[in-house]
Amino acid sequence: MSVIVFAGAAQFAAVGYVMGGFSWVGVVLLTAFLNARHLLYSAALAPYLADRPRPLRAVMAHLLTDEAFALTITHFRRVGRADLWGYWFAAIVTTFIPWNVATLAGIALGGAIPDPSAFGLDVVFPAAMGGLAVALVSGRREVIAAISGAVLAVAISLAWDPAAGIVAGGLLGPLVGLAAPGRPLGRAYPESALPLADPELAGQALEAGKAGDPRGPRDGTGR
Amino acid sequence: MSLDLIPLAVLMGLVTYPSRAIPLLVSRVERMPPLALAYLRLVGPAVLAALAAANTVVRVETLADGTRDVSFHLGPEWPAVALCLALVAWRRNLLLGIVAAVAVVALARAMNLG
Repeated sequence: MSVIVFAGAAQFAAVGYVMGGFSWVGVVLLTAFLNARHLLYSAALAPYLADRPRPLRAVMAHLLTDEAFALTITHFRRVGRADLWGYWFAAIVTTFIPWNVATLAGIALGGAIPDPSAFGLDVVFPAAMGGLAVALVSGRREVIAAISGAVLAVAISLAWDPAAGIVAGGLLGPLVGLAAPGRPLGRAYPESALPLADPELAGQALEAGKAGDPRGPRDGTGR
Repeated sequence: MSLDLIPLAVLMGLVTYPSRAIPLLVSRVERMPPLALAYLRLVGPAVLAALAAANTVVRVETLADGTRDVSFHLGPEWPAVALCLALVAWRRNLLLGIVAAVAVVALARAMNLG
């Protein structure tokens, strides 16, 4: 499950539901709902990866998790472009391998492992996510989007369901942030984030005869 | 180790993959209006903050019958996460923030405060 699904929250929930005797249909529906937040991650990374080969993006998609997204979007924003090695490092070295090694360790060692909560290790995930959110903040809109996302996530989690809360916070927080004054919208992504601004990729496109692309120059403004 | 659940894992994987792949595979980013790109730029901070907040103050317990009990929880986790955020904002060092957060929670639990 850790290889095929590779989604911690859904796996933990599935264990509880299977042990509780729930039907597989219910578990599968719950999984789809819990993992709907990946749509947001994928959409946010898409501008950086648009001109990468489709099969490559298909492989990258399977490895997209909370942690991989957090590390990758922070890295891409810092360097101002897509960095495939950065993605593979975040998705495989820091997430996929440790997750599956830990899964095997759990199967092998099981009850011999003491309660990790006694050591405060359960706070690593929220602290890391919050810290990475802080690292992404570079203006008033980001601050407002983050605070709104957090407040909405908690409120909707309590009123309905935690998975719905996280998705709603991720969807609605940016809308609140957009309503705030900030930098001109045309600079939403750095120029180099959009594929043909990368000189190497632009050269490849020219060689492929795409220089006359009727879509015009991609200057990061969408115009 | 039972292999009975492998088909369930495959089904779970099949419903998970589209949410990860569809925007990456079908989006026409270069044709998106500036407003949409600005929105996507704000998704990162918003969804990460949402994850942090929900995992800090919302407690989910799976009961014996498989149902989940969701409740508001104010324990040592929230000051620990707040300390982490402050340290990251101040020193730009995530590892320092995480270590400090873990230390606060471990200390609080050792003192039976959470």
